[in-house]
Amino acid sequence: MTWDVALILGIDGLGNGSVYLLAGLGLVLIFSVTRVVFVPFGDVAAFAALTLAAFETGRVPPTIGLVLTLAALATVTEVVHLVRRGDVAKVPKAIGLWGLVPAVPCGLAWLAAMPDVPALLQILATILLVVPIAPLLARVVFQPIADASVLVLLIVSLALHFLLSGLGLLFFGPEGSRTKALASGVLTLGDGFTVSAQVILMVGSAIVLSGLFFLVFERTVAGKALRATAVNRIGARLVGIRPARTAMLAYGSASLLAGLIGILIAPVTTMYYDSGFIIGLKAFVAAIIGGLVSYPMTAIGALAVGLVESFASFWSGALKDVIVFSLLIPVLMLRSYLSTHSEEEEDEVDQ
Amino acid sequence: MTRTQLRWGIAAVTVLIALVPVMAGNFTVSLMNDIGIGALVALGLVLLTGVGGATSFGQAAFVGIAAYSTAWLTTAQGQSPWVGLFFALALTGLSAWLIGMLTLRLGGHFLPLSTIAWGLSIAMLFGNVDALGRHTGLSNIPPLRIGGWSLVDPRAMYCLIWLIVGLATLFSHNLLASRPGRAIRSLRGGATLLASVGADAYRVRLTLFITAALLAGLSGWLYAHLNRFVSPAPFDVRASIEYLLMAVAGGLGQLAGGLLGSALVLVLKNALQDVLPMLTQRAGQLEAIAFASLFILLLHFARGGLMGFLRRVSNGRLQVRQESAADSGAPVEPLPHRTLPERGKCILSVKGAVKRFGGLVAVNDVSFDVNAGEVIGLIGPNGAGKSTMFNLLTCTLSMTGGHVRFLDRDITGMPQREVARLGLARTFQHVKLRPQMSLLDNVALGAYARTGAGVLKAGLRLDRDEERQVLHEARRQLARIGLAGREHELAGSLPLGTQRILEIARALAADPVLLVLDEPAAGLRRQEKMALGELLRKLRDEGVTILIVEHDMDFVMKLVDRLVVMNFGSKLVEGAPATVRTDERVQAAYLGSVA
Repeated sequence: MTWDVALILGIDGLGNGSVYLLAGLGLVLIFSVTRVVFVPFGDVAAFAALTLAAFETGRVPPTIGLVLTLAALATVTEVVHLVRRGDVAKVPKAIGLWGLVPAVPCGLAWLAAMPDVPALLQILATILLVVPIAPLLARVVFQPIADASVLVLLIVSLALHFLLSGLGLLFFGPEGSRTKALASGVLTLGDGFTVSAQVILMVGSAIVLSGLFFLVFERTVAGKALRATAVNRIGARLVGIRPARTAMLAYGSASLLAGLIGILIAPVTTMYYDSGFIIGLKAFVAAIIGGLVSYPMTAIGALAVGLVESFASFWSGALKDVIVFSLLIPVLMLRSYLSTHSEEEEDEVDQ
Repeated sequence: MTRTQLRWGIAAVTVLIALVPVMAGNFTVSLMNDIGIGALVALGLVLLTGVGGATSFGQAAFVGIAAYSTAWLTTAQGQSPWVGLFFALALTGLSAWLIGMLTLRLGGHFLPLSTIAWGLSIAMLFGNVDALGRHTGLSNIPPLRIGGWSLVDPRAMYCLIWLIVGLATLFSHNLLASRPGRAIRSLRGGATLLASVGADAYRVRLTLFITAALLAGLSGWLYAHLNRFVSPAPFDVRASIEYLLMAVAGGLGQLAGGLLGSALVLVLKNALQDVLPMLTQRAGQLEAIAFASLFILLLHFARGGLMGFLRRVSNGRLQVRQESAADSGAPVEPLPHRTLPERGKCILSVKGAVKRFGGLVAVNDVSFDVNAGEVIGLIGPNGAGKSTMFNLLTCTLSMTGGHVRFLDRDITGMPQREVARLGLARTFQHVKLRPQMSLLDNVALGAYARTGAGVLKAGLRLDRDEERQVLHEARRQLARIGLAGREHELAGSLPLGTQRILEIARALAADPVLLVLDEPAAGLRRQEKMALGELLRKLRDEGVTILIVEHDMDFVMKLVDRLVVMNFGSKLVEGAPATVRTDERVQAAYLGSVA
């Protein structure tokens, strides 16, 4: 391997790494607030990419149907929950919140699918359209079992991924799509090295968004509420933070991140209905490097995963994923060795 | 339900299963074959995840390793499938051992996460190795032959598969009711609990992990020779999750859950394949959706699975009643006893113990001795460092400085389980019993270090003599603390005071030289305290050496020969209860100084 190749691989890895970084942030955000390892994260990103592809080919994105289905399910769940509790007065508000609010981006997306809508508006419509997905899923699937053990939540999360990839196949079909480049052109860095504008955009978005994340967490009440819930759920509740509401905020932000990832990655990779899983898993390796709690470590981990993947694909294209996932085991061992976790008793098995 | 009824039930099910190849059609037989193959893996998961508390998202990878090894050996090397069986099991066991060594020390949710990693990697390897046929897989695997009889017919394979399922279930059942089984059932109680009876939680978990992998390996071997074709797809993470689903759907709590779960999942899958095409054109796509939705619904509404549901519906009628038959009557040779050191000899000696947590000195230069036959109290106000001292001398925590000698051996820095094996038995301030295990089993766990039966011996029921000795000893200890006749009650149903006493019985079952009790009276009501005091006095009269770490002055004063008082991490006074009671420094520490 020459230095030229190494540099190209390095830049490539940085581009991928920044995508994993954003996904990793989303995973850590959800896990720290809700203890759910949100495996379907990647699926949401894939849905965003496929939605944008549908816009570009002038079709009404099938995502609208998906979001409306989920909204209907969430409304039913919420209404049943309220009626059981005897809170019938709150039913209209619940229908508005869970049924009508998610329908708004659907309407916008439908409008954006008209001919001659500028690409930027379509991108905006795409992101808005996927934002409700994770919160709606969480309302239907995770909120009713919010008190279950991490393990049950993990199993449910994996099952949810399979459910979503099934829905993805149903709504989007088996064909892959690639969208138009968001930014064209190359940047020449002396000596004939070039960096494509797309990679710069990816890295740039990662930096800007992590900065934004940092500001939100440090400077806003909502961000502080998220942090408080992550540190201690009961304590947060005692000072008046509603865990269910913060959870929704976390899911919403994560969904937003997933949408952005989908937009960023669609021009460089052909996306299929199930491409998200592998992206999510790699982000997940990064998140585990951060112990599922630390954002800075997750960021470093994400870049490392991107670089390892890029170099591994140079040596063996077929085995690159094997190498990346096997990387998880030494990382986990190191984490386990470093953390002096106190003696913990497992939950008893449900009889 | 009595045991006899249960036996009849099992016999009836066995006969039914045996009749299937005679009565049923080809479709049912091949479905039952798949159910049997799935049940073996699910059985392993019930043991590993349900009983042992370690979730694996990679079990299909072990099925794959076994299936591919026998496929490769019988096609590329032309060996007999029976050689393939040994090769497959050896390779599966070896992989499980390697993976287990690397990952089983991981704490909390990191362990299940790591199983996703290797589950994915191994499945991807199958599709990328030339010798294994890459994504096309290996075909033309020879059928099994027994002598001149070829098992090419699914009905013939049916007999073999269900014979193996039956034997594996029996093996697992025997395993759970044995010395290693009690340790496995205690894994969820934490590593400290196991260390306190001289067992190594990591090794117990590793053996369990390999056992579950070998069950998956058996299933893989059967799979390869039943289908006579292997490809990567049936061994990926999706398949692993399906196996886990079987175990969860059947009920992780019981072995029968593995069998029922496999049947439930596969029958349901088949039904979906039959019904969906009638409703829609896109049946293939909807199948995965329907399946995942059902799984999520199951976890929402019936986390105990089918067995848990049956249990609730039957309202306890399905619960097997244990007859409280005392011993079988036959004389049992008691377990060998330790020779106890003579009265008055120093058995434990703490010299200059120091423990720092960062800048905080929790224990500062504390020294004291314990002599055989004595009852010593270690007391002090809240935050005096008693519990830290307790953890230091039982080697639960490592010391910053100083030494502990036990029976003339320096035990500083020794693992806790080694110290337990030397004869230092402890109880816990926050009771660590296994709530779902009977009193008898809880106490028998204490005798772990005195016995030696392993998984293989237990599974094959070659441990029965030793097991009778252990249970006899456990009954004896239960009688000693006054719980005779209640052997088969569950420990979780006892009130706190009785649970504390039960922990003492467990410690006594280890035949200890020294019994160390961590705040035995904490949280007890007055009557319970009195009963506990009564028991401890009785033990003292029997010559048991006891060290009590206690907060409650009144309780200890009436009990001990000598007291060691700690305050702010240092030793304040040592002496007889009467002198300690009148000591001004002690009064100042407990009540505040007068001046």
